[in-house]
Amino acid sequence: MWHWIQRFSSPKHFYVISAKLIPWFAVPTALLMIVGLYQGLFVAPPDYQQGESYRIMFVHVPAAWMSLFIYVVMAVSAGIGLIWQIKLADMVAVASAPIGASFTFLALVTGSLWGKPMWGTYWVWDARLTSELILLFLYFGYMALQSAIEDQRTADKASGLLAIVGVVNIPIIHYSVVWWNTLHQGATVTKFAKPSIDIHMLIPLLLMALAFQLFYFAVILVRTRNEVLYRERNRRWVRELIEQL
Amino acid sequence: MLTAFYHLLLRDLRLALRSPHELANPLIFFVLVVSLFPLAVSPTPDALRQMAPGVIWVSALLSVLLSLDRLFKQDYEDGSLDQLMLSPNPLMILVLAKVFAHWLLTGLPLVLIAPLLGLFMSVPNHALPALIFSLLLGTPVLSLIGAIGVSLTVAVNRGGVLLSLIVLPLYIPILIFGANAVDVAMDGMRVSGQLLFLGAVLALALSLAPLATAVALRITAAR
Repeated sequence: MWHWIQRFSSPKHFYVISAKLIPWFAVPTALLMIVGLYQGLFVAPPDYQQGESYRIMFVHVPAAWMSLFIYVVMAVSAGIGLIWQIKLADMVAVASAPIGASFTFLALVTGSLWGKPMWGTYWVWDARLTSELILLFLYFGYMALQSAIEDQRTADKASGLLAIVGVVNIPIIHYSVVWWNTLHQGATVTKFAKPSIDIHMLIPLLLMALAFQLFYFAVILVRTRNEVLYRERNRRWVRELIEQL
Repeated sequence: MLTAFYHLLLRDLRLALRSPHELANPLIFFVLVVSLFPLAVSPTPDALRQMAPGVIWVSALLSVLLSLDRLFKQDYEDGSLDQLMLSPNPLMILVLAKVFAHWLLTGLPLVLIAPLLGLFMSVPNHALPALIFSLLLGTPVLSLIGAIGVSLTVAVNRGGVLLSLIVLPLYIPILIFGANAVDVAMDGMRVSGQLLFLGAVLALALSLAPLATAVALRITAAR
């Protein structure tokens, strides 16, 4: 097992394997997104209260889920890199940050576009909007620290530690913001009881969530390959690869 | 181990007391920033009272943030940090001593001068204990979390803005509960909930932050 992990996590091996994996994520992403968007925008019934404008939820909610999920992935892989000194894990963490920040930004923008017809204003200091904004700042801090330290190994470890500190803090930040003020509608999907969302709305939502998830896996592979090539640019196998072009 | 803690604490205090003007700077900054608000917004007591908790807490937070540099920077530059890391004592304990010294020199003075600022901002007298106790529980957390940020950026040139970018989001829960405690106390309600939360965060930070700081120092300050 350990041997296999070490073999797979060698950058060169990863580079070869990941090329084969990407289509397996990219094609289902495209299919699911087409089906999910069609179902969400045309098939799902309009909401009895919010009318048609609730449909932005099919982008907003999966983006918000992904923003948290990617931060956790980032912290876990940074932890793996820190503890077992696996370079590839560090590269995954570094490559994840901009994707996570983009999803966070997307969730904020779609949220505020949704807020205009619903609450009559683009921005309210509601608990979830605020904690999403703070999450965006955490991503920015990670990326800033990563780029500020010149030595690559030190930068990886230092920003990795920051990601771990951030992950400990996220629940504290979230609950303190929730207690502080709340206006946002309560969770409608993750309740343990029967979800308080219509099944015809739930299906496209879950399709979109799955599509976003697979999209992340495809993009993270591409970005990590990029990072591998950049960091190993002076190694022989990369040079040979370039000469073959 | 305890003697190491004690000696390092004394050393840091002694070093700081030799340049008292530097020691006063965060305190003057605190008072200065708070007194800008009546000038900028409105000097009427009602308006001041409404924004007092937030203004005092934000100013305290910024004042701690600006003083964080003192925690490791000088020791890093003159090489004594390397000696500390080489010592057989657990780095965590040494970090704790340095953070404690930092709090005694910056956090505690802020707590002591806060009642005066409360009067500036026309905070009613019955809310002053809440102000003092929230700062007393909150400022050590600011120093502890700040230590993680400083240790991560100690080797970065001109790391000041970077430090604020890293540390400020992590300060938000303290700000929320600290300011809220004062706000609630002004309305004459009980503040034990907010203070208990601040105490819990302090306990958590006290046990985890020195560990993270020690790890961070081993990563960034090793040369």
